[in-house]
Amino acid sequence: MDFDKTNDKDMQISIGPQHPALKEPTSFSLALRGEKIEAIQVKIGYNHRGIEKGCESRTYIQDMYLLERICGICSHAHSTAYVQAVETIAGLQVPRRALYLRVLIGELERIHSHLLWLGVAGHEIGFDTLLMYTWRDREAIMDLLAELTGNRVNYGINTIGGVRRDLTKEEGERIVKIIDHLAEQTKYYIQLAQEEVTLIQRLSGVGKLPREDALRLGAVGPTARASSITFDVRKDDPYAAYGELDFKAVSADQADVYGRTIVRLGELMEAYSLIKQVVKNLPDGPIAVRAPRKIPAGEALSRYEAPRGEDVHYVKSNGTENPERVKVRAPTLANTQAIAKMLEDRYLADLPIVVAAIDPCFSCTDRAIEVEGRGLMSWEKLRRYSIDWYRAQGVDFRNVKRVI
Amino acid sequence: MSELAALKQKLEERFVYLNGGIREQGERRLWTEVSYDLFFEVLDFAVRELGFNALCTITGLDEGEYLAFIYHLSQGGIVLNLKTRVVKDKENLRTVTGYFPGAAIYEREVTDLLGVKVEGLPSGVRYPLPDDWPTGQYPLRKDWDPKVLDQKGSA
Repeated sequence: MDFDKTNDKDMQISIGPQHPALKEPTSFSLALRGEKIEAIQVKIGYNHRGIEKGCESRTYIQDMYLLERICGICSHAHSTAYVQAVETIAGLQVPRRALYLRVLIGELERIHSHLLWLGVAGHEIGFDTLLMYTWRDREAIMDLLAELTGNRVNYGINTIGGVRRDLTKEEGERIVKIIDHLAEQTKYYIQLAQEEVTLIQRLSGVGKLPREDALRLGAVGPTARASSITFDVRKDDPYAAYGELDFKAVSADQADVYGRTIVRLGELMEAYSLIKQVVKNLPDGPIAVRAPRKIPAGEALSRYEAPRGEDVHYVKSNGTENPERVKVRAPTLANTQAIAKMLEDRYLADLPIVVAAIDPCFSCTDRAIEVEGRGLMSWEKLRRYSIDWYRAQGVDFRNVKRVI
Repeated sequence: MSELAALKQKLEERFVYLNGGIREQGERRLWTEVSYDLFFEVLDFAVRELGFNALCTITGLDEGEYLAFIYHLSQGGIVLNLKTRVVKDKENLRTVTGYFPGAAIYEREVTDLLGVKVEGLPSGVRYPLPDDWPTGQYPLRKDWDPKVLDQKGSA
């Protein structure tokens, strides 16, 4: 049912944009009849930062660092999608070793993202032990990424034309050791998902998204693959070194939150295998080619299978040092469209896990106003700005007693 | 013949005016451009006959007198980038939600950021700008200056 067609028998409540159950700002307006959801309206956009506009006044290489900061979890997804588009326009032949290293970091990113998700999903259904276990395991990957790239998040490994850091033989051996350990842990989580009755019953049949609805609404990534859609950019539109590696696109036919869990667990096992293949078959040679400062006029569309699904970057160049236009479509924007369908005829208590099951990332989705011209603000200036802003909205803090 | 070349040939055979106007890029990208009055017949053919069953997104571009829109249509790994133009502030787009219901959010996005109206777009909340965004300000237009946000009266 459309949200504006609900009647006075329904109770309307708002959840968000700021709410303890939400990890990022989103606003859900719900019409409830008893505990049942009659209609839902999702409003996003609270994380809009003007990154696309910001890209137009920066150089190609500055943009890479800006775009990497769209998201703290799938930062490599965004920087790779962007550099691939620029490399296509410039006609650069990226060395094979660099392409393999991009896969390595990309799959490490997928592992920490999926382990994070598994923990969040556990938490949402009151299974906090799973959260503790998976987040402990995830730390091994975060430490590894810090060792390999210098950063836990926003790795800065990419550059236009290749990657910035090479991999030593010793590092490769260490990676394999950690991956072997995590594979054992993940096998336990898979066993848990197959045998733990509470978990199976809580997730099965919840957040149903039949295949035809997933297609119609444009769902992507694990959300779509759990509804029997086998599309995976790494397989269907291979980039980096995926065309040379052996893996399968994991899918499931449950079309519910349980299916999305199975898909992500399967993808973890595939990621471990991919990483071991990369370390074993890493080609010799340089890790980057020199890229020109000015990119010739042209345009390209690049796709990347981020942990949450297909990430799309469009870049248009005009022969100068700055792009004419950069457009980003993060996977959550595609998946948000399906939330209302998943919650049809469900109960309010299902909302947290259903929303969590698309693994939403609203920073990615909203990207785009980094306002120029205001400059850096001192603490005092920022405080003054906030007081004035609230006063303009009719909220006056002058009478509030200061404790400190 | 590659899959991409076959798709290109089918488009050229069906629409004479596309002859010589379709560019292949790499193994899986097609780029073409049509005027807006012909846009829906090409879109319809691509969706119904050529199997482009997903819309990755819509990219909006400010080209001075015109606003251009690229509909990135995908069929598995292949993307057909279908570009069209409307006169800025004079012509509207028509919704493609009849083909792709999920396109609503992309149409709201170009409405907010480039100031194009989309006829037939189902009602819903705006995206991505805030509710109190000053009217007539379209951030992705080339002549838009973020300094307007610092003027008095804009929160």
